[in-house]
Amino acid sequence: MDLHLEYEKDKLYAQLKGEIDLSIAPHLRIELDNALDTKQARHLIMDFSSVSFIDSSGLGVILGRYRRLTEVGGTVRVENASPQVYKILEMSGLSKIIEITQSNVAVGEKGE
Amino acid sequence: MDTALVNSVNLQFKSIPDNVSLARVVVASIGAQIDMTLSELDELKVAVSEAVTNAIIHGYRNDPDQFVELQIERYHDRLVIHVIDRGIGMPDVQEALENVSVSSNSEHMGLGFVFMKTFTDNVEINSEKQKGTRITMVKNLVFRKES
Repeated sequence: MDLHLEYEKDKLYAQLKGEIDLSIAPHLRIELDNALDTKQARHLIMDFSSVSFIDSSGLGVILGRYRRLTEVGGTVRVENASPQVYKILEMSGLSKIIEITQSNVAVGEKGE
Repeated sequence: MDTALVNSVNLQFKSIPDNVSLARVVVASIGAQIDMTLSELDELKVAVSEAVTNAIIHGYRNDPDQFVELQIERYHDRLVIHVIDRGIGMPDVQEALENVSVSSNSEHMGLGFVFMKTFTDNVEINSEKQKGTRITMVKNLVFRKES
């Protein structure tokens, strides 16, 4: 899994690539928490345009960051989820508590 | 019910997180042989991912020196997928199947069995304390052409 991080004031932008499952989730959790700690960011914006798969292990990482950031008045947003990933996010109920935008393109169709 | 076995795969792998994706790839390969749609394949991959994850983190409590077994049986009218561990077993199978628990101090959403049930046509769990758990998922195949 590739993770690219950028900061802007109190916002952390995370660009993720690949499949988010049990083998990735613990590392992703640590990387995101370290980044949030280092820059005291309150808002996490995750770009999912290159995420091809997510299961409940990955959903747990999003939920955990949501819980952490809402405690300090922050937010979590997921952008450009592919249709298949969006379906999982929606079924989990996460779309009821965090903002999620959907991409019209399945991961791989852009030649990624 | 059709009992003629068209294809079968038996795979045993170490109970380590890296092998969750291996299980997905194997199931997707079998699914692709029978022209399942991309959407069906994606759903099946999630269901298998959840079953194998359950074996590793609940059955074996993340012990990497154990083994998970993946058995896939393809019949003309259905795919049957078994995910087997010989770990601690599940305390309450019915509760796992029926209840979604989101504990306040955990990041685990308890959604694994919801996805398994939603994305396959039948899920059966056989579990015995200290002996292990067998999750069996059935995906019905309707009007599949041979590839």
